[in-house]
Amino acid sequence: MKNQNAPAYFDEMRSGSDGIRPVYQRYADWLKDLPDGTLHRKEQEAELLFRRLGITFAVYGESDGGERLIPFDVVPRIFGAAEWRRLEAGIVQRVKALNAFLHDIYHGQEIMRAGIVDARQITGNAGFRPEMMGVDLPNQVYAQIAGIDLVRVSENEFYVLEDNLRTPSGVSYMLENRRTMMRLFPDLFAQQIVEPVEHYPLMLLDTLRESAPANVLDPVIAVLTPGAYNSAYFEHAFLASQMGVELVEGQDLFVENRRVFMHTTEGPRPVHVIYRRVDDDFLDPLVFRPDSVLGVPGLLEAYISGNVSLINGVGTGVADDKSTYLHVPEMIEFYLGEKPILSNVPTYRLGLPDDLKYVLEHLPELVVKEVQGSGGYGMLVGPTSSTAEIEAYRQRILSDPSNFIAQPTLALSTCPTLVEQGVAPRHVDLRPFVLSGKEVRLVPGGLTRVALREGSLVVNSSQGGGTKDTWVLED
Amino acid sequence: MLSRTAENLFWMARHIERAENTARILDVAHRSSLIPLDLEGAEAYLWYAPLNITGCAAGYEEKHGLARAREVTRYMALDPDNPSSIYSCLRCARENARSVRGAITSEMWEVINSTWLEVNRLARDFDEQNYSDFFEWVKERSHLFRGVTLGTIIKDISLSFIRLGTFLERADNSARILDVKYHILLPSVHDVGGAADYYQWGSLLRSVSAFEAYRKIYRDVISPLKVAELFILRDDMPRSLHACFNEIETSLAHINGASGYEVRRLAGEMHANLHFGRIEDVFARGLHEYLTDFLDSMDVLGREIRDAYLSRRQDLFDVSLSKVA
Repeated sequence: MKNQNAPAYFDEMRSGSDGIRPVYQRYADWLKDLPDGTLHRKEQEAELLFRRLGITFAVYGESDGGERLIPFDVVPRIFGAAEWRRLEAGIVQRVKALNAFLHDIYHGQEIMRAGIVDARQITGNAGFRPEMMGVDLPNQVYAQIAGIDLVRVSENEFYVLEDNLRTPSGVSYMLENRRTMMRLFPDLFAQQIVEPVEHYPLMLLDTLRESAPANVLDPVIAVLTPGAYNSAYFEHAFLASQMGVELVEGQDLFVENRRVFMHTTEGPRPVHVIYRRVDDDFLDPLVFRPDSVLGVPGLLEAYISGNVSLINGVGTGVADDKSTYLHVPEMIEFYLGEKPILSNVPTYRLGLPDDLKYVLEHLPELVVKEVQGSGGYGMLVGPTSSTAEIEAYRQRILSDPSNFIAQPTLALSTCPTLVEQGVAPRHVDLRPFVLSGKEVRLVPGGLTRVALREGSLVVNSSQGGGTKDTWVLED
Repeated sequence: MLSRTAENLFWMARHIERAENTARILDVAHRSSLIPLDLEGAEAYLWYAPLNITGCAAGYEEKHGLARAREVTRYMALDPDNPSSIYSCLRCARENARSVRGAITSEMWEVINSTWLEVNRLARDFDEQNYSDFFEWVKERSHLFRGVTLGTIIKDISLSFIRLGTFLERADNSARILDVKYHILLPSVHDVGGAADYYQWGSLLRSVSAFEAYRKIYRDVISPLKVAELFILRDDMPRSLHACFNEIETSLAHINGASGYEVRRLAGEMHANLHFGRIEDVFARGLHEYLTDFLDSMDVLGREIRDAYLSRRQDLFDVSLSKVA
């Protein structure tokens, strides 16, 4: 059923009936002259490339448990340099504030004493790690790698959907998408200058080196993966090999005398920086989940002693929680003394009686999420859900209202996308990857996710979304 | 190098080599079965050999009972329940490769990955009539893997562990083929030099691509003694035990490392025996006894390699730990 008050979506390529926005002009001209069927042929070529390279991900809960490809769309998503710079400034500002917030809540807790954030909300949060109180981290940075999810609703309006500060994934797709586009469409890259993203692994390596314990001059770095069956394993292996560092599993590491070593063919070798793609809960069975076989006994003690750096830091989950999200604009003013460049999506907290009442009355118009859910699992998209689905979700909300937040259904912008019938608009979001070492930086672009089903607003790969190459054109 | 990485590289290579050897064994079994054998229960007699060589007779019997050409072929080539089937080996090789994506080149990964994708397709449309195309294909993929490896990987200890896996598996396999086939062939040798004999011994040589080598080297009728010599002692035959140990010793010398003393000593001893051994002495002792001893030593060597390089047992490292900390 279509929403009767369907908003007018912002089309990133077209304006009006047949106008093309300037950033898409060259692409549109190129597309116009393309012989029929070319894009579909290129799409097949791309799929073959991805499969041969084994760029796959596992979908949790699928009965076959097999590896699947994330659909790749061959039409790029294009930004102009000027609009990107504005976006970039907003993203950098946001990540700085979030890291300042994390440092604060594990030290002086000024923001709680100033009454901006409720102390109980922080210390009672499942992502808060009391073990981290008073621990000083290199550069005072907790989230060295952040993925900020953005959506666009008009020419100049962007909203931040989510801050991913634990182990954000998807950057390998950003890089492989670019590589694939350059292989498929060299002519497109010849006729305009697309700002490069390929140096991301080097920037990441720099960031990891800058985050080493202070007394280590030439740090040994490793990427810690849960293993080959993890949904993002390809990315872990990809990043380790791009940086030329070891890809380790928990079983490869051990702690002796509060120092971390890896088992090598020549005996133990010290490790100083661990880019871990394992959640806090699984890092150290002595401190967190005792049943974890993915982690390393004693790792947290080595970390707190300052002998090893964990990237991202422990305890960042408290800042990417959806209830903390509400306060990010205030954090920016509090820590940086600046006006927020990017806005939050207006959010209702169902723990508040007024908000709960409003949300329950307007479920068919709203998006409802669990406070700690991620990846599009367990959310309700009102406008595209059946009455039965809405009623079932209503019962879930009522059983524990404070576990949910709700947001208006955003009019996500659309981008031209190759579908069976040809090129048609589909909704997109954007996840740029932000690196914080001694400074905060990001490559121009990010991962654009696209909802391939017509009218769908859910872009998550676990929900049938695809990805696109994201271009920032040089002026 | 990470012990787990070394372990995966070692087993990746072993699994590919094992797939190739299984293809060779089955191919030869099929060729042999074309030669009339005047014997009660000839089919079962012939088709136990491949099961015995690869040590999967028990698993087969439980599932299928008596050895029959069609069932043995299917079981050893494509049965996912048989851990040493070609299909399983290719799957394991791909799992090993996937676990160490960063330690192998993308070309190597593409060969292993596309082999796995392709074997799945072949398994679906496997045609019993064209099994020999399938075996050829498996051999080609293995050749391709070795070629791509040598042509793309840095010559560091990654390559040494890959070579070590390849040649340990090959030596093990050559010894087993010779042992089992010899056992089968000898009782039927009434007329040495006869036609049936010629074909049977010929097929044994073909299984290790050594038929032409034999003619070149000996320029003589096929005799059991010389076949054994070619399999065991000649180091110019690339699948002989001696040739394999040349490679094994070289690889171990590159790997070096403090903990591998016993590995190097044992491999050196086995190599020396092959280097200085005489086929007359082998036969004086009994070929079967000689090969049994050899396979026992291979087991010990495999265990020593695991403990020295591949294991992640912390207690093995306590001595050297004090040096680094």
